[in-house]
Amino acid sequence: MHEPFSEQRSLSPMLEIRRLEGWYGESHVLHGMNLSIGEGEVVTLLGRNGAGKTTTLRAIMGILDRAEGSIVFRGRELLGLPPERIARSGIGYCPEERGIFSDLTVEENLLLLPVVGEGGMRVDQIHTLFPNLKERRTSYGTKLSGGEQQMLAIGRILRTGAKLLLLDEPTEGLAPVIVEQIGVAIRLLKQKGFTILLVEQNFHFASSVADRHYVVEGGKVVDEVGNADVAARSQQLQAYLGV
Amino acid sequence: MMSIFSMPADVFLGQLLLGLINGSFYAILSLGLAVIFGLLQIINFTHGAQYMMGAFVAWMLLHYFGIGYWPALILSPLLVGLLGVLLERTLFRKLYNLDHIYGFLLTYGVALVVESAFRAQYGVSGQPYRPPSALSGIIDLDFMVLPIYRLWVVAASIVVCAATWIVVEKTKLGAYLRAATEKPVLLRAFGVNVPRMIMITYGFGVGLAALAGVLAAPIYQVSSIMGGNIMPVIFAVVVIGGMGSIGGAILTGFCLGILEAFAKLLYPPAASTVIFIAMILILTVRPAGLFGRTR
Repeated sequence: MHEPFSEQRSLSPMLEIRRLEGWYGESHVLHGMNLSIGEGEVVTLLGRNGAGKTTTLRAIMGILDRAEGSIVFRGRELLGLPPERIARSGIGYCPEERGIFSDLTVEENLLLLPVVGEGGMRVDQIHTLFPNLKERRTSYGTKLSGGEQQMLAIGRILRTGAKLLLLDEPTEGLAPVIVEQIGVAIRLLKQKGFTILLVEQNFHFASSVADRHYVVEGGKVVDEVGNADVAARSQQLQAYLGV
Repeated sequence: MMSIFSMPADVFLGQLLLGLINGSFYAILSLGLAVIFGLLQIINFTHGAQYMMGAFVAWMLLHYFGIGYWPALILSPLLVGLLGVLLERTLFRKLYNLDHIYGFLLTYGVALVVESAFRAQYGVSGQPYRPPSALSGIIDLDFMVLPIYRLWVVAASIVVCAATWIVVEKTKLGAYLRAATEKPVLLRAFGVNVPRMIMITYGFGVGLAALAGVLAAPIYQVSSIMGGNIMPVIFAVVVIGGMGSIGGAILTGFCLGILEAFAKLLYPPAASTVIFIAMILILTVRPAGLFGRTR
């Protein structure tokens, strides 16, 4: 049993983003993002295409052209650090396009990422979580189905010992049965104590795994909804997402 | 007498060996270019100058310090490779976000400066460099007389190429290299210091060029124009093999060396152009080269 989220949030947050501004080249995408995540929480960023969700994750990882404001992870300012230092502070990143290396086998993809913290999952544990990855060990990245690529993209960051996982639309374009499998995996990861920031457009999926939701619009957070209130506010959330 | 392809067997084998010797240099040099291009996306037009420097450093070590061939085989690639690292840190690094044409201009410009400096100092005539005593002498194969040093070059080249191929294709280090070639930004976001990898990779590619230079010194003599002479062929090899393909560069290097040797035998005037004719024909059919992939 986990504590109610109001108590969790009274602790100092694991990740705290304040007044974050972000740019792709000349175009100004993030306009003062504010959010915070406590240790062990699963939090989603909900919002339409182009709202700035993916950009927020890219800003955290240090791979945005330009960002200003503050991103504090475990008491340390990340903004201005090179991406490799940010990753090594204990953050695992699963990008929207999955980012599977096509010249590498499944096994090589899985073992590629450097260990960034203690207590990462063992390969056999990852294989138990995603049995497909075991079957397809020797296949090259490009030969995988979309679902298998997604499992690999999540699986490989579990090995690294990263405690904060950034998952960018892990269910996008996947069959319902695979979405369910990903959902099981995320709930299991939460049980294991991982902290997860999840970008989603699939609001039903989001409410099946998360503690809280931030609604993102126009490059900033416009609303925050605890998972317990989702049912009551479902109409409003549908309106935000334009479904 | 037995004959192969309507050639006497001894003539055939003799040309094959000559082709393998030239092919050894083509393979090491185009391998270095392919490794560099794969990760930096820069066509290293300084490669010929670095090959020449490799030979010259070996010559200088002997001439000024009395350091012989075997230490030079290690020291020269190390030294020239370090100069390459310096070049990458100070100049190339500023070009990665710019159009490829800037990489061409810079590497070509550096080659001109380096080659002119050596020409000004040492002229264009070759400095003799003797093979080490252990590799001097000949083997009499009945059908031909073969200098031992040339056999050594073929063997050394095969070992170096095979080792590089194994490292790139079969090891964890190689997996990093292949991953960085494909998605450098993402690999950084996983915690890998890609800028440092790029620096080391460039140094390694340059070191290969210098190694070829040391191997070439006893065969071709050491001169400021040796790089300029061999590089057009090397670029043709890389283009035919497919830019950035490690195995392709190696295989194409050896094959074109052999092709050239047989052209020399069958129709001598075509010997110097046969590689470029092959290049035109192959690019017509496969624009990405024999082993290249279009992205």
